[in-house]
Amino acid sequence: MPNTEFSPSIDSRPTYAGLSSQGAAPAIMVADAAGAAALIDLATADASVMDHAHVILVAKAPDMAARLTDLGPKALHEAPDFEAATPLVSQLLDSAKMGTQLYLAGSEGLMGHVSALATTAGMPLEAIQMEHRGSIARRMQCVHCKGITEDVTTDPFTCSHCGLTLFVRDHFSRRLGVFQGVCVDAETPGVVPETVEIRA
Amino acid sequence: MTMQFNDETFRGDYSYFNSPAAVKRFPFPFDQDSYMYSVNIEQHPGGPKGSPFEFAFDVDEHYVAEMKDREITLAGDPMRCQSLPHMELAGWDLLELIMVSKARDYPELFKLTRDGNDWHWVNKPLGIEKRFTFLDPTTLPCGPMEYITRQAQGDFALLHEREGNLWLDAGMITSQADWSLDFDVGMNFFEWHAPVPKARKMGVFDKALKFLLAVGQDQSYRRLNWTMTVNPRLDTSPENYHKWGPEKRTVTPENVGKKQFLRVELQTFWRLPRSNALAFPIRCYLANLEDIASQPKWGRRLHRVLRDIDPDLAEYKGFAVNQKYIVDYLSQFDDGAETSPGIFPD
Amino acid sequence: MKLALKVTEVEQLSPLVKRFRFEDPKGASLPVFSGGAHITVDMPEEDAIRRNSYSLISDPYDGTGYEIAVRREDRGRGGSLYMHTKVAEGDDITVSLPSNLFQLDLRAKKHVLIGGGIGITPFLSQLKQLEMEQKPFELHYAARSREEAAGLKLLQEAAHIHVHISEEGARMDLGAILDGQPMGTHVYTCGPDGLITAVADQTARLGWPKTAVHSEAFTAPPPGEPFEVVIASTGQTVTVKADQSLLEALEAAKVEIDSSCRGGACGRCHTKVTACDGRILHNDHWLSEGERAAQQDIMPCMSRFKGTRLELDL
Repeated sequence: MPNTEFSPSIDSRPTYAGLSSQGAAPAIMVADAAGAAALIDLATADASVMDHAHVILVAKAPDMAARLTDLGPKALHEAPDFEAATPLVSQLLDSAKMGTQLYLAGSEGLMGHVSALATTAGMPLEAIQMEHRGSIARRMQCVHCKGITEDVTTDPFTCSHCGLTLFVRDHFSRRLGVFQGVCVDAETPGVVPETVEIRA
Repeated sequence: MTMQFNDETFRGDYSYFNSPAAVKRFPFPFDQDSYMYSVNIEQHPGGPKGSPFEFAFDVDEHYVAEMKDREITLAGDPMRCQSLPHMELAGWDLLELIMVSKARDYPELFKLTRDGNDWHWVNKPLGIEKRFTFLDPTTLPCGPMEYITRQAQGDFALLHEREGNLWLDAGMITSQADWSLDFDVGMNFFEWHAPVPKARKMGVFDKALKFLLAVGQDQSYRRLNWTMTVNPRLDTSPENYHKWGPEKRTVTPENVGKKQFLRVELQTFWRLPRSNALAFPIRCYLANLEDIASQPKWGRRLHRVLRDIDPDLAEYKGFAVNQKYIVDYLSQFDDGAETSPGIFPD
Repeated sequence: MKLALKVTEVEQLSPLVKRFRFEDPKGASLPVFSGGAHITVDMPEEDAIRRNSYSLISDPYDGTGYEIAVRREDRGRGGSLYMHTKVAEGDDITVSLPSNLFQLDLRAKKHVLIGGGIGITPFLSQLKQLEMEQKPFELHYAARSREEAAGLKLLQEAAHIHVHISEEGARMDLGAILDGQPMGTHVYTCGPDGLITAVADQTARLGWPKTAVHSEAFTAPPPGEPFEVVIASTGQTVTVKADQSLLEALEAAKVEIDSSCRGGACGRCHTKVTACDGRILHNDHWLSEGERAAQQDIMPCMSRFKGTRLELDL
C-alpha cells in the first residue's frame, strides 16, 4: 500500500510527499503500525538510511517491532501511544545536530503531532519527510472547547468533550497538529446535515 | 477637544450606539455604487480633520467600552492573545508605536515621558499610570503586546517575515470576523487565509503578500474591508459561534434597521523598526442601517451595493440569509438620484 | 521619505575602508532599526544622482546616529570613490530610512555569522542586537591580511568572535565551523560570491535545510559601456552613461519606477522587457537562471545591456 493520495484542497491542508532516503545521516524515524511499512520500504530502497537512525514505533505491534529491528537501526524504541512517545521524541530532537533527518510515517494525527514537536525544537519544516499510510481518520480539534477528538472518520461528528456537532474542515494547524472542527448547527440548532464518511 | 466616552455594551443588552458625530465620521467603505474585491490601498495616516484616518490610531467615543469588552473576552478565553517566543521584540515595537502616536495625537488623553529606557505612561480614559523600563518585560504586568493592546481599540496581528513569506506569530484578536487566533497562530500568509473562497485563485493574496513585504519603515498604509453583523457584537469569533450564531436568524423586516450592522475594518500596515516585523492592526467600526441611512448618499449607495452584490460574496460575508430584508429596508432611502464620488457624506 | 543628515565623523579604518557617521543636524533622534539593515546614500554629481546602499554598522537601537563602512572600489562606477574623495566631516548628506533584507531569524536556537572582507558590515549591527537579546551566536570573520581587515577595529575581543587571517595561515575551515551545530542553528554569510557558494555547498553536504542558510551578496552596480533603452508606454529613449546604473538613468529621466535595495536583492525594481535585440547583462541576485536566459525580465538597479534595442514595459 503506497503513500495515500489526497484530493487537492486549501493551502493550509498538509500534503505528504512520501519518504526518500537522505543516506546514512543521523535520523529520527517515527511511525505507527501502518507507517512502519513505509520505513521498511525506505530501508529496502537504501539500507544505509538505518545506520544512524533512532526508530520510534508508536504501536503495540511486536511483529512489526521485530521486522524493524531486522533493518539494523541504531536503536529501536517502542511506545504504546503518543503520550508515551513524546518525552523520548522531544529528547532526541533537543539533542540533535543540524543535518539530522526526520522521517514520519502513518496517520495524519501522528505526523501532525511529531512535526509540531520538531518545529518547536527548531527543525525547519522542509527537513521533515512524511508519508501517509493507513487510516485516513483525522485528529480534530473542537474550536469551541479546544478538546481534541482522535480518529474522526465522519463529517459531521460529535465532539468527544463538549458534545457539540462539528463539521470537519480542511483547515489544519501545524503548530497543534490538528484539523479544525466547527459547530455545524450554530445558527439553526438541531438542523444537522446527513453524516458522511470522510474521504481522502 | 474633550472626548465623551459612551457607556455601552457589545453583548447582552447590546446598548452600543453611535452619536450623530460618530455617524458622520463613520468610515463608510464604498466609494461607488457597486462592490468587488479591490486593492484600495492608501497611505496612512492622513485624511480629513476629524475623520478616522487623520491619526495613526483613531480613538473615539467607543474607546472605554471596547476596552471593557476586550477584558471580558480575555477573561473568558485568555488564548485570544498569543505571542510566540520570538515575537516579544515586535511587541515592544508595537507598544512604542502606539504609545508615541497616542501621546502625540491625543495629548489631552495620553501622556508619555521618556528618559532613556525609563518610561512613564499615563492613560487618562482608562485611569492607568505606569512607570516601566522599555525592553524589560519584568517591569510590565504582562507581555508588551498584551499590555498595550488592552489599551488600544481593534485587533492586532504581528507578522514575522522569513522565507519570503509573512507568518502570523502573535496577535490580540477579540473582535474578529470569524477566525481563530489560537488555531491560526504560527501559520504563513497563505495558510492563514486558506479558508477565504476564490481569492487565492484570483491572485489576491499573491499581490497582497508582495505589497506587504515591500512596506518599509518610511511609509504605512491602510485599506478598508467590510462585512455585516447582526447586533453590535465585537466578539464574532469561531470559538463562540454556537453562542452568537442563533442571533443571525433573529432579523425581521421590523427590526432590520436597528439590528443589522455594517461592520467596517480599518486595516493598517506598519513596518516595525527593531524586529522588522509587520504590525497589522484591524480596527472595527459598527453602524446599523438606520445610522447609515441618516446620510442620504450612504443610504442610496448601500442599497445599490447590497442589492447587486455577487451572491458568493453575500454568502461569504455572512448576510445572504438576511439579504432580502436588508435590501427591502434600504430601498426606501434610494430615490434613484446619482451619488457623488468618494466615501464621505455630502 | 529621506533623511537630511550631517556627516559628523570620517575615519580611515584600513587603507581601503572608511567609516562614516551621520547625525541629524539638530540632534533629533533617528529611527532605530534591526540588525542587518541598510540605508541608501544619495551622491549628487553635476546633473545626476548616484545612489548606493550600505549596511548600517552602528548600534541598531541607538538613534543618535547612523554609521556605515565603505570600501573604495577603484574599478567601480564611482559611488565608493565619491564617498572616499568627496565626503568630509561637516558635509550635508541625504540617506533613505533603514530597510532590511538580511534580518536575523529570531526563532533560531543559535546564530552562526560568517563575514568575508567588507562583508563583515551587516554583522556589526546584528552583533549588537544579538548581545542585547542575549542569543547564543558565533561570528567568523575572514580577511586576507590584518592590514586589510577593517572590521578588526570595530570588533571587540570575545570568545565567540573568531578572526581568520589567511596571510597568517589561519584560513577559515567551514567544515569545522558548521559540523555538529545544534538543531535550530541558522547560518548567515556575507562576502564574496565564492564564500557564499562555499557555505551553501558545505551546509548542503551536511544536510542542513535551505531555510536555515541565509546570505547577502550586496554589491554596487558595476560600470560598463553606455547603452540606450526605450520606454514602451511613451516611446521615450533613455541613455545610460558608463558610470550610471539603468535605474539611476530612469530616475534622472523621470520615468516612474519602484526600487529599494539598489543591489539586485530585493526585487522591487523588477521590470518586464517588451523587446530585446541583443544581450542583457544580468548582475542581480533576484532572477532565476531560466528568467535570465529568457531575456524577458531585467533588474534595472544592477543590470546592463549590449545590443541594438531594449524596450522596457514602463
